[in-house]
Amino acid sequence: MRYLRAEKDPDSIPERPLFGDETRFAAGRIAVFQYVIVTVFIYLLLGYWDLQVLNQEFYSEKAEQNQIKSLPILAPRGKILDRDGRVIVDNHESFRLILSRDSLRPAHLRPIALGLNMDPAELEAKVRRYQNQPTWFAIPLKEELSLDELAFVEAFRGQNGFPELELIRSQYRVYPKEGLAAHLLGYVGEISDAELNSPEWAHHNPGDLIGKAGVERYYNDLLSGVDGQRQVRVDNRMNTREVLGVKDAIPGRNLRLTIDLDLQVVAELAMEGKRGAVVALDPRSGEVLALVSRPAFDPNRFASRISAREFNELIQDPYRPLFNRALQAQLAPGSTFKPILALAALESGAIDDSFTVHCAGGATWYGRYFKCHRRGGHGTVNLKTAIAQSCDVFFYAVGNRVGIDTIAEYAEMVGLGARTGIDLPGEKEGVVPSSKWKIRTQREKWYAGETISVAIGQGALTVTPIQLAYAIGGIASGGVFMRPHLVRQEKPEPPARIAGFRPENVRKVVDGMCAVVNGWGTAAASRIPDIEMCGKTGTAQLASNDLLRLKNHEDWHDNAWFIGFAPGTNPEIVVAVLWENGAHGDMAAPIARDVIKAYFDKKARMKKPAQPPASLASAWLAPPALDRKKR
Amino acid sequence: MAAYRSVRNLDWALILVAIALAGLGILQIYSATIDTAWRSAWWKQGAYLCAGFFLMWLMTRIDYHTLLGQVPALYMISLGLLVLTPLVGGYVWGSKRWIPLGFGFKFQPSEFVKLVIVLLVARYVSELRSDRLDVRDLVKLGLLVGIPGALVAAQPDLGTSLTYMPVLLAGLFFGGMRWQHAVLILVAGALLMPVGWFMLKDYQKARLETFLDPMKDPMGKGYQVIQSKIAVGAGGIWGRGVARGSQTQLRFLPVAHTDFLISAFAEEHGFVGILVVFGLYFLLLMQIVQNAQAAPDRAGMLICMGVCSLLLFHLLVNAGMAVGRMPVTGIPLPLMSYGGSSMLSVFMMLGLVNNVRLRRFAA
Repeated sequence: MRYLRAEKDPDSIPERPLFGDETRFAAGRIAVFQYVIVTVFIYLLLGYWDLQVLNQEFYSEKAEQNQIKSLPILAPRGKILDRDGRVIVDNHESFRLILSRDSLRPAHLRPIALGLNMDPAELEAKVRRYQNQPTWFAIPLKEELSLDELAFVEAFRGQNGFPELELIRSQYRVYPKEGLAAHLLGYVGEISDAELNSPEWAHHNPGDLIGKAGVERYYNDLLSGVDGQRQVRVDNRMNTREVLGVKDAIPGRNLRLTIDLDLQVVAELAMEGKRGAVVALDPRSGEVLALVSRPAFDPNRFASRISAREFNELIQDPYRPLFNRALQAQLAPGSTFKPILALAALESGAIDDSFTVHCAGGATWYGRYFKCHRRGGHGTVNLKTAIAQSCDVFFYAVGNRVGIDTIAEYAEMVGLGARTGIDLPGEKEGVVPSSKWKIRTQREKWYAGETISVAIGQGALTVTPIQLAYAIGGIASGGVFMRPHLVRQEKPEPPARIAGFRPENVRKVVDGMCAVVNGWGTAAASRIPDIEMCGKTGTAQLASNDLLRLKNHEDWHDNAWFIGFAPGTNPEIVVAVLWENGAHGDMAAPIARDVIKAYFDKKARMKKPAQPPASLASAWLAPPALDRKKR
Repeated sequence: MAAYRSVRNLDWALILVAIALAGLGILQIYSATIDTAWRSAWWKQGAYLCAGFFLMWLMTRIDYHTLLGQVPALYMISLGLLVLTPLVGGYVWGSKRWIPLGFGFKFQPSEFVKLVIVLLVARYVSELRSDRLDVRDLVKLGLLVGIPGALVAAQPDLGTSLTYMPVLLAGLFFGGMRWQHAVLILVAGALLMPVGWFMLKDYQKARLETFLDPMKDPMGKGYQVIQSKIAVGAGGIWGRGVARGSQTQLRFLPVAHTDFLISAFAEEHGFVGILVVFGLYFLLLMQIVQNAQAAPDRAGMLICMGVCSLLLFHLLVNAGMAVGRMPVTGIPLPLMSYGGSSMLSVFMMLGLVNNVRLRRFAA
């Protein structure tokens, strides 16, 4: 039959049947081929056995990791308000870009960094920092994205681009413009490795934004709240398929400060273009009404995870904008120390009312000639005129009578040489020299000649502006010292210290200080009509050589101090002003006068209820300018 | 003559095993695409199964000797189609492999060329006067298979062109190639490997590199293999249940209804399911081998062994790549993977095998 077909079709092949040898040959090779088939099946089955039986747990775990994803829910940070409830630091809705490490592909880091205007090396370092964290823990990349960065993310997110990029709702901090109260408020920034390893920040995770300075740092735990978490099942496009569980975030608490924004603005404006600090306190409660340090920085720059380059710029600025002069500048107080010495002299009985000194423009003590700032001399001066006109010769004699250790005792009694305990980080102590102090620190005995310098607030004596405000406020309040603080207390605090000064002695010192402004004193030009402002100027040589490398001639000028309070009895406000290189104390007095005047003006205005409190403050609190996005 | 066409004489074991495998494939396609854009694939596959069944019957009816007689014509038509494909075909996934037929149907010539290659090799080898292949035959046969192979490889579809190789090798092996020649070919092949390397496209090189070390680029070229291994491994012994494989359902596993169907199956049905599937394939192949042994002539035996080696190669490469034991090559798992052309060509080949079987009592 086959052959029949073959004949019908001439193109068909002649058939070669499987007979004879051919059969044996084919049967043999087919047998060999069967072994090939069996081998292939064994090879394949071993592969499945290996994965499914021997390593099932390993791969099941991998499959589990593939699908469960944990996304943080960020707790909004509490707002910061002024004493009248005006919002100083606000939050604005934004998105945080995070890098999901489950799906991270090392080759993507570079293009991602470039697309986000980041330094690739910095991003790599960031990823390395998370090596010891569980992989579901995402890396925050940026807080606030510019339009082109956002476009980049939108274009390349997802499976065909960078599956590791993810946006989550977030809020960024908005601070007042031009660095208003920057040192007081501080700023937020990404937690550093060192912070992560310290017990203080143990409850934080890498990538968290924490308060780095100022109120933001001191009250970080109150402000930051607790982040929540969302566990979701996702597919490989990172689309959420199912929400497995949600732990809500606990928002941070709002913080109401004691700061009066109106006063703060006045003080900021007065310090515009200067270097120095202003501290305004209510000596009755210790509430800080204003706190300025200049030069300042823009905390908004930190809010979006400042780059290392920007931060280094700020650190290396010779004028040290990050340095909070109000708390950290340890400088000689100059003549502002004289009221403290006068009180020490009266209280210790070293002098009495009748004590007078003749000033001829200088005097010789321990073989050295000490000049008075007025070359012609003040003539015969008593305590009041000596304070009013800041006669150095008078205080040389007083200092010599009181002696260094009694001076130190009283200086410490009014709070010098120790932190005031204000609720801000980084406060410095200053130095109150004494014979014991000198032996302890320099292993040398005290020379009486050194006392003469300390008497006029020079020598080894250094104070901070906040200490000076605390000290003078306490003295003017009759020896009741209130700890300075920035956050309103529910219950009034007990005094930090009550010094049993005799009221008549306090009165004598305060009278002298009132004559500084209202009599023929050194700050008579800063008199305020109808308000009894008292104070003391100070002109002090530079204590540190920090600025000597600066070429600018003005940087060699003396520091100008003014410490003022009002009214003369039961003062409501005390203001300390430091103007670095301001040349002379009477230059600093108008700054304190402006603040004190603003305080009483506002008080008067508040008494007439119909008038809304018009203020300069609003200009600083306008919504953030768009140019922030340009960076 | 009636005996040839007796339904009773068909290889029913072979047919039932093939239908069982295709059925399992349809179930798995259904499960893997349950909420994707491909969710209608399972019933399309069912339609292909019916069409395949019809073509199998057709291939059983026409005497294979008649088909062998038409090999020169079939060969020329194949070359024509392969040349035409890149001219009229549109790009799909970066290569031109299909000829559009209208109404959304498309036709993949390279799949049907497989059939022609099987017939070509069977005819050439069975026509030889000697029991031993000499060097001239090797070269001639190599060229005859190599030309369509090169055309397919240029589409580019290296995977499919490689499937012609086992048919050629089976022809040589059963045609009586000398061992010395086999060794010679192996040595020559090894020497030509570097040349071949330069002819590979970048992505093909990358696949081979990935095969050697998938962790080199875990989210890129190694992604498929890693995800496939996770899917297979996570299936364990008993599997995670139909439509419950998270790798498959959450789409971590790429192309789970086509090239990586076996991984999806392994995830949802476990090692036990794999044993069942492999058992069916083993039965299928052994059934074909049995038909080869019972073939009435050399050409019939060669057709059966050509089909057998081709299916074995498919199974080895596809199921092997799912567990990282073969390089990733986009060739389907016969009968199970989604795809009409593959389904039809496999059933046609099974028809050829049955054709040989029906004629075993001849002469």
